[in-house]
Amino acid sequence: MATLQSLKTPIKELGETHLLPEGTTFHAITESISRVTENPAPRGWWLLFIPALALLGVMGASIAYLVTVGVGVWGNNAPAYWAWDITNFVWWIGIGHAGTLISAILFLFRQNWRTSINRFAEAMTVFAVLCAGIFPALHTGRPWFDYYLFPIPNQMDIWPNFKSPLLWDVFAVSTYLTISVIFWFVGLIPDLATLRDRSKSLLRKRIYGFLALGWRGSHRGWQHYERAYLIFAAISTPLVLSVHSVVSFDFATSVIPGWHTTIFPPYFVAGAVFSGFALVLTLLLIVRAIFGFQHIATMKHLELMNKFMLATGLMVGYAYAMEFFIAWYSGNPYESWVFLHNRLGFGATDHYGNWGPLYWSYWAMVGCNVIAPQFFWSKKFRTNVPFMFVATIIINIGMWFERYVIIVTSLHRDYLPSSWGDFTATPADMLLYLGSFGLFFTLFLLFVRWIPMFAIAELKSVLPHAHPDMAELTREEKAGASSELSPAPAE
Amino acid sequence: MTENQEKRPALYLAEYDSPEALAKAAMRVRDAGYQKWDCHTPYAVHGLDEAMGLKPTKLGVISFIAGMTGICLAILMIWYMNVYDYPLVIGGKPPAMSSFPSMVPIIFETSILLTGFGTLFGMLAMTKLPRHHHPIFESDRFEAVTDDKFFISIEVEDPKFDLDRTRSLLESTQPSHLELVEEAA
Repeated sequence: MATLQSLKTPIKELGETHLLPEGTTFHAITESISRVTENPAPRGWWLLFIPALALLGVMGASIAYLVTVGVGVWGNNAPAYWAWDITNFVWWIGIGHAGTLISAILFLFRQNWRTSINRFAEAMTVFAVLCAGIFPALHTGRPWFDYYLFPIPNQMDIWPNFKSPLLWDVFAVSTYLTISVIFWFVGLIPDLATLRDRSKSLLRKRIYGFLALGWRGSHRGWQHYERAYLIFAAISTPLVLSVHSVVSFDFATSVIPGWHTTIFPPYFVAGAVFSGFALVLTLLLIVRAIFGFQHIATMKHLELMNKFMLATGLMVGYAYAMEFFIAWYSGNPYESWVFLHNRLGFGATDHYGNWGPLYWSYWAMVGCNVIAPQFFWSKKFRTNVPFMFVATIIINIGMWFERYVIIVTSLHRDYLPSSWGDFTATPADMLLYLGSFGLFFTLFLLFVRWIPMFAIAELKSVLPHAHPDMAELTREEKAGASSELSPAPAE
Repeated sequence: MTENQEKRPALYLAEYDSPEALAKAAMRVRDAGYQKWDCHTPYAVHGLDEAMGLKPTKLGVISFIAGMTGICLAILMIWYMNVYDYPLVIGGKPPAMSSFPSMVPIIFETSILLTGFGTLFGMLAMTKLPRHHHPIFESDRFEAVTDDKFFISIEVEDPKFDLDRTRSLLESTQPSHLELVEEAA
């Protein structure tokens, strides 16, 4: 009889293996994951943490400079009012999307292999959205008035304009951050209880105990917990799709050639997942090497992630091609002009030096995003750790260029040649972007040090024989075959 | 808590080594008709709902209501702020409900936000958490529940609880360890 258990058993003849190496015990999982938070940090952690803190300082200084002098320290000026800041915002938000995809969408599709990377990816989501939020918040120019964005009464006695995509963004991003934090925390509760129960010192016991909310692993609790988890996955799925769609509306609802296209929402979402997967993999490879987690994040996981990057990379490539097709097919001369000169660089400059001087960024984008992932067709490259490490970084550079191309090359050459301009990034632009990595990596390294970086309870539940075969047990019970138990005492 | 303090029994705690042993024992406790008892596991063991005879959770109802509240609140908010209190005509879109499509993203996000809060607080209320003190934590062996051991607890508040009869029921399920957990009276 094909029971659920036997359907889940890997077929050896097809080369299928268990998610975790054969013979992994519950205790081994608890031990190897909790140990990281209990032992002193390895040298590799400090080697990353100190530079990260330094970069965080760079961010602080750069924000202080911007706030004291004004937003003019950035290179943004007419006509490129949006430049690195919004590029960085879209890039960071996009990074976050892979986390939600892994934790929510793969959960709904019952992709059990996600349990090795979801905690990680969720943490990355939260930190990436925090980094993203900095840029538009500062770009308003006077960040102390940012509360005008929220529907709360202010001294001007005016409400926000709910028809503006920029306000949709405020709602989408803040909802996304809130839900991601809640989802992450709910997933953490049982694992924090594990750390609580292993604590040797009273302080650790108090802190983890407080955060674990008194979790007792009770099945009456698990029942609601699992449903809550499912609901979070179910609401996060449309949420994550909506967030990057709304981000793309910032562009798509305008009239700028190169922005005004209907393909933007799916195109942005695919790109977001693409770059997010790349960053999850970069981080995973680093952490795997530092803490020795090759038995939890196995080559099988890495290979699956590379396949994801190949798939989303193809979607992104398709979107690039489709933009060109529509530019031609729409018959809109401005649109075709933007794509031919600004992006491809045809007839690169006239004698004023005026045709799309930023065309090289388009080719950088295509090279990184479309050509680089093609190597993943081959299993040899999908399973080659140094190669994939380099590839993930190249992909993220490419995805940064994608947003730069969309934002800056479209803005600096629009309809009227008299209102053309140029954009050059200033040191303040670059330092803030660099500094945002400091914030991200500081938070991320603190996370891997103090919080279980893999979902302990979920990993246990994907071990073979983690779940009793109820059909079998009921049959035994009916047949009175549960004979190894002594008979129940009579009432 | 000092040693000479008065103590009273709080619950029986039976320990098992495998999810199968736990499920078998749970079926027996279920059939014996206990109400205030529970299984404690390191991860969500599927099939225990049936082994314990639990009804499906109603958490979805709370989430649904919260989500619908979010939709209504968002519509009300946008209507009050942009239509009633301070009508805004922007981009040729009238300040009435006829510009509804432009409200959809915010209505959607608000409903997701409220569903999230509803689910979180609904879940905490239904699991009766946070609760940082529970007599079950008096047992030192119970620390293994978040590692690799499986437990059944039967509380004294259960109408069928009887120091001897409950003990022999749990003994018949062959736990690897059985103890009576006491709390300060």
